[in-house]
Amino acid sequence: MTVDLSTRYLGLELRSPIVASASPLNRDPENTAKLEEAGAGAIVMPSLFEEEIENEEIELAASLEQGSEGFAEALDYFPEVDTFIGEGDRYLRTLEKIKGNASVPIIASLNANSVGGWVRFAKLMADAGADALELNLYRISVDRTRSAADIEDEDLELIAAVRAAVNLPLAVKLSPFYSALANFAGRAVEAGANGLVLFNRFYQPDIDLEELAVVPRVSLSHSSELRLPMRWTAILRPQLGPEVAIAASSGVHSGEDAIKALMVGADVAMTTSAVLRGGPGKIADIEAETRAWLEENEYSSVTQLRGSASQGSVEDPGTFERAQYIRTLHSWSAPSHRTPTA
Amino acid sequence: MAQKWECLDGNEAAARIAYQLSEVISIYPITPASPMAENCDDWAAASKPNMWGLVPDVVEMQSEAGAAGALHGALQKGALGTTFTASQGLLLMIPNMFKIAGELTPSVIHVSARTIATHALSIFGDHSDVMAARSCGWAMLAAASVQEVQDLALVAHAATLRSRIPFLHFFEGFRLSHEVDKIAMLDGSDLRALVREQDVLDFRARGMSPEDPVLRGTAQNPDVFFQAREAANPYMDAVKGIVAEVMAELSERTGRQLDLVTYTGAPDAERVILIMGSGTGAVKETVETMIAAGEKVGMVQVRLFQPFPSEELIAALPKTVKSIAVLDRTKEPGAIGEPFYLETVVAIHEAMGGDEPPFKVVPRIVGGRYGLSSKEFTPQMVKPIYDELAKDAPSNHFTVGIYDDVTNLSLPIDKDFVRPRPEGQVQAMFFGLGSDGTVGANKASVKIIGEGTDLYSQGHFVYDSKKSGAVTVSHLRFGPAQIESTYEIYAADFIACHQFGLLAKMPVLARAKQGATFLLNSPYGPDETWEHLPSSVRQQIIDKDIELYVIDAFAVAGEVGMGNRINTVMQPCFFKLSGVLPEDEAIASIKKFVEKNYGKRGEKVVQRNYAAIDLSLERLHKVETGPAPATVEIPALVPDEAPDFVKDVTARIMAGEGDLLPVSAFPVDGTFKTATTKWEKRAIAQEIPVWDEAICIDCGKCAIVCPHAAIRMKVYPEAELSNLSSDFKSKDFRSRDLENYKLTIQVSPDDCTGCGVCVDVCPAKSKTEVKHKSINMQPFMEHADDERGRWDEFLSIPELDRSVIARDTIKGSQVLEPLFEFSGACAGCGETPYVKLVSQLFGDRMIVANATGCTSIYGGNLPTTPWAVNAAGHGPAWNNSLFEDNAEFGLGMRLALDIQTQQAKVLLKKLAPVVGEDLVSEILDNAQDSEAKIALQREAVAKLREALKGIGGGQKADADSLLSLSGDLIRTGVWIMGGDGWAYDIGFGGVDAALASGRDVNILVLDTQVYSNTGGQASKATPRGAVAKFAAAGKSSGRKDLGAIARAYGNVYVAQIALGASDTQTNKAMLEAEAWPGPSIIIAYSHCIAHGIDMSTSMTHQKDAVKSGFWPLYRYQPSEAGGQPFKLDSKAPSIPISDFVSAETRFAILHRTQPERAAELAALSQADAEERWHYYSQLADVERSIPHLEHEPAAAPPDGPAAGSGKEEVK
Repeated sequence: MTVDLSTRYLGLELRSPIVASASPLNRDPENTAKLEEAGAGAIVMPSLFEEEIENEEIELAASLEQGSEGFAEALDYFPEVDTFIGEGDRYLRTLEKIKGNASVPIIASLNANSVGGWVRFAKLMADAGADALELNLYRISVDRTRSAADIEDEDLELIAAVRAAVNLPLAVKLSPFYSALANFAGRAVEAGANGLVLFNRFYQPDIDLEELAVVPRVSLSHSSELRLPMRWTAILRPQLGPEVAIAASSGVHSGEDAIKALMVGADVAMTTSAVLRGGPGKIADIEAETRAWLEENEYSSVTQLRGSASQGSVEDPGTFERAQYIRTLHSWSAPSHRTPTA
Repeated sequence: MAQKWECLDGNEAAARIAYQLSEVISIYPITPASPMAENCDDWAAASKPNMWGLVPDVVEMQSEAGAAGALHGALQKGALGTTFTASQGLLLMIPNMFKIAGELTPSVIHVSARTIATHALSIFGDHSDVMAARSCGWAMLAAASVQEVQDLALVAHAATLRSRIPFLHFFEGFRLSHEVDKIAMLDGSDLRALVREQDVLDFRARGMSPEDPVLRGTAQNPDVFFQAREAANPYMDAVKGIVAEVMAELSERTGRQLDLVTYTGAPDAERVILIMGSGTGAVKETVETMIAAGEKVGMVQVRLFQPFPSEELIAALPKTVKSIAVLDRTKEPGAIGEPFYLETVVAIHEAMGGDEPPFKVVPRIVGGRYGLSSKEFTPQMVKPIYDELAKDAPSNHFTVGIYDDVTNLSLPIDKDFVRPRPEGQVQAMFFGLGSDGTVGANKASVKIIGEGTDLYSQGHFVYDSKKSGAVTVSHLRFGPAQIESTYEIYAADFIACHQFGLLAKMPVLARAKQGATFLLNSPYGPDETWEHLPSSVRQQIIDKDIELYVIDAFAVAGEVGMGNRINTVMQPCFFKLSGVLPEDEAIASIKKFVEKNYGKRGEKVVQRNYAAIDLSLERLHKVETGPAPATVEIPALVPDEAPDFVKDVTARIMAGEGDLLPVSAFPVDGTFKTATTKWEKRAIAQEIPVWDEAICIDCGKCAIVCPHAAIRMKVYPEAELSNLSSDFKSKDFRSRDLENYKLTIQVSPDDCTGCGVCVDVCPAKSKTEVKHKSINMQPFMEHADDERGRWDEFLSIPELDRSVIARDTIKGSQVLEPLFEFSGACAGCGETPYVKLVSQLFGDRMIVANATGCTSIYGGNLPTTPWAVNAAGHGPAWNNSLFEDNAEFGLGMRLALDIQTQQAKVLLKKLAPVVGEDLVSEILDNAQDSEAKIALQREAVAKLREALKGIGGGQKADADSLLSLSGDLIRTGVWIMGGDGWAYDIGFGGVDAALASGRDVNILVLDTQVYSNTGGQASKATPRGAVAKFAAAGKSSGRKDLGAIARAYGNVYVAQIALGASDTQTNKAMLEAEAWPGPSIIIAYSHCIAHGIDMSTSMTHQKDAVKSGFWPLYRYQPSEAGGQPFKLDSKAPSIPISDFVSAETRFAILHRTQPERAAELAALSQADAEERWHYYSQLADVERSIPHLEHEPAAAPPDGPAAGSGKEEVK
């Protein structure tokens, strides 16, 4: 029996539900070719950060001016350059190149800190050939005078602005840190998102004990981290309905992880850390494991599997909602030493 | 077609023509000609085509000699070629220039004419270089304005092809090369019309080809050489006619009259000045003014100097002429006169001796010198020359522009002579710092006005010789008439001071005219500024009825995120106050300029500038003049305890009054006392490091990295505290050897540049707040007074006895007194910490040969030198010869030292019976391999000197001779220092010879991987993938492994070091190199502003250079005994090269211009690093001995320490 691995994500037909999620590897056309060869259903490029574009401009201008016009023998220190290809231009060129070689959908990703930035680059990415856009709502809200409602409203405005600017399918990559995630997810879809990516993993600063310094540190995910997107995929899938795409991201390291993600209702399982650890070929492994599991368990297609264990499809929907471990009679037998009243 | 006008400087004007009309351009950097070569390289990198649609091949050579050689070769093959140079660079081209001319080969060399180094180097302009090249057989054209630089460049290229005589086209450095003027541009049709295609084809046809082989460059014997040399005469004879013809064609096309010589003045003039070059403007203005006053004067401008236009000159002179002054901008000591004068005298003499003498009476001809090294030349200096010509016996061989009270040759300056201001002309002066963008904004203003309106504009910029805290003065003229004043502004309508602190340091308002407008960047606001002004400034404002406006530009720049760059804040204020343009129009033009110039760097940059412009006018305020000061105080620039020379001469140069010093003030041979930077308290830091003694761990890292010796460490007996005030900071010194000693880390606040490198490397952090270190940057204003007091006390503490210091540790070496201090190097300089360390370890017994470059500029540019002396008066003796010969220069010093030591020893033995056998043995037997033994030797030599003084009779001559040589009995090191441009390129042959000599010289290569001093041109040390000038497209090839070449000799001590990565390895290498009795070379990684890095973290950044394998650390220690001489001191690469290079603009820039090429080169750089490591790690196992050492006795000094001493491993 041949299992049909194809799936739909953001209205795109994918040959496989295993998607290479945003990662620095995916800026290199050689790597994306390998990912495609390994069977990736789609490839998400890493986020273009508007802040990075601005910093680059400012720092480059400052460093080119450093020491200039102060000493008669050296009025400047670098050759005159007519055209600078900034971070934004480089991203778009790479996108074009990757798209030119790819037969699977290429999803561009964008993080901006102003409405203008979102719209401008969203359009440019569409022009460069992106099959879909992923908006990366990446921010740490540190201003204590700004409420959750303010911030959510601002995010929704951004989504709406991009929606108005481009016709491409639009996914919004969320952080798990919303007070009312289900509500926000729904409003994001209303604002124009065609799908949601659950979730963004933030880099967390660390302390270097030798240098007594705060240092940026990126740590790769583990399978256990899949639980969070699994829960929310399961919860949101029945609420958002089948038309809204959901990608489960974080903690997808094996075929089993992918199966679980799909089972709770994700259209695709996105993986980054596994590829960073194991190389692009890891996609093929995950796909093979997924296929093997489906075959072994006599599933005919991903469509059949998808959502089969979402909140609406499981016996005890409350399982996905509980925040604490609660003992229930049908899932747990009291050990003998416990008193019956416990 | 409408005439196109543009504002550009002389270098660009020449380069544009040269580029269009050349196929091969061989280049080499030298100030002030480098920008011509840089322009060409930039254009070639951008694939800009020349007149024939081809991108010229622009190739950098290893020296000007190399550039001339490559040019010669290209020409011989029939390709159109050019090059650019100046000064010593031109001299290096002379051998090839003779050949090129002798072979009748068309070519043009464009020269930003610059002073030739004699008693001193000078980068400024005069004609001494081109006059030294006049016997080569090249035609010589002199331009007098930026407009003429462009026009004569074309004349030169056209005429050389027509005449087959090569042309040297020259214009004064800085005055014309860097002056920005509005000029009428030539276009492609002008070039095509003058450079005739048939001439090009004829030239190409003469090129070498195996299809039609010829032999050129033969050797000839006495029988034929002479005749063959004369055979070319008709070609030189034809040059004048050809140049006149080309000039006429150009004049016809442009309407600008160009002639070989041009007369201006009264038709019946009796007194005439002959001049060429930029001085023409000042003479012309004087003539116009004097004629208006009814005087019969005139002038002749000579454009073709060689072949000398005798007939044309005589024809141009009015028949009424009675006396002529010929002005030369050069000096030829011993000659009967300077060249222009001599040519004129001969021309007139020959004409008067002919059949039809042109003048009834032989005119009296006198010669004079002016303007050496860009000395100002103004109408006030010209007028006295005409006055002199009116005398019955005018002075001959006079000078003008200086006060010569030694040989009394100078004419006085006529301060009362006033040239009326051309109607509508506005003159503005701006005082700023290099770092604040003042000059950039002014160049922009010149363009905005010159290119955006019908007005003419001119910008001239004066820089001081410091690389940190450098002061700039801009002189701008705008007006409806063409501007011919090629001198500074002396009566400004508008003065801007962009830095409040400069008011106390320089006479900012001295050149303000009555009723001028003064714009001041003041932190005090309109109500409080008056009371903060120095009293002398207040008095001038009142006396001259000056209108004062203030703006807090730093506040505005800070608000919009522009830091210290206040250029776009001050510029709109200038436009508003000067009224050159209507305000709205001016603001729109500034914004347009910003968009055009910064647009390519990104939207954010443009927006910030717009914000600065908009906010600036809101914050501009008029200040009501307050009461006059009770007394006008002019604080002394240097304290009274300074030596007389410092007070009388140095201080006046520091105050900008060097022009007023008479000839008698100066040493006759360019010799100066050292230790003078300590008198020049610049106080340029915004923040200074302040020590927290409670956290300090005595490591000495802050002191060793300080580029300016401004933060220091002293260790002293506890008892010393009783002489110090209670708030003097100290802590217990951690030492096993020195008990009851205290340690103090102290900054000299007025000498610190605020670079922050010391704080960055400080490893001691507070346990309660990790950002607080043992030293912390604090605001200068708040701490300067306290720290000044502490610094004075710190200096009063006696230095520790060198003999008790463990100098092989960092803290030990840092207790040693630096004898290189407070240089004007860039804040955070990567070179100076090495130089300072050498001075700490060996400074009291070393002589220095210093290659021209950054080291020679921050080390030896007047007014002050950082080379210092200790309490005994001992310190490094320093000298600079040239750029290209430094290793040979240093080797010569070693040869002299060795022979003098040898002679001293012979005399010592001879005089032993008189001075005492014991003393003689003590001196001869002392190995001097430790500080203690060197101290003993000093004592013994002192005793010897005493003994020698008492010797008379028949042995007096020997005694006197030995006395004069006695210092050579003290072990003296020769340190040969310079940058990579010297060691890898122009001086490589000499470095090789010094290494091959086997003699005890220590070569320190301060490797910044570019020609730093001239603005970052690529050298053979430039790494692959780095963008540098002359490698605008990123350097394709890798860095030359200079260390490998040196190691190949086997008997050379070689070390590659990086202070920021390993200070212990650096210190050890210095000690080992000095101890090695043969040649040593240390290649020191020196970060540089030209790398485009954050200078405050530059030392810690060096760790990544080493960790990535970009710069492995090693020492190669030769030994007679064998073993494994190569010691790899760094570990295998642990981070990718990209981690290191991504933080440097020199690499990052290529990713932003040519990403694909950048990626390719980055991959190769990674492969380079891996391969290099693989290769070096194999070398660590290689065994090698140097058996030939014992056969080369000359290699070892008579009593040097044994070979191979100091073999410890770096732990």
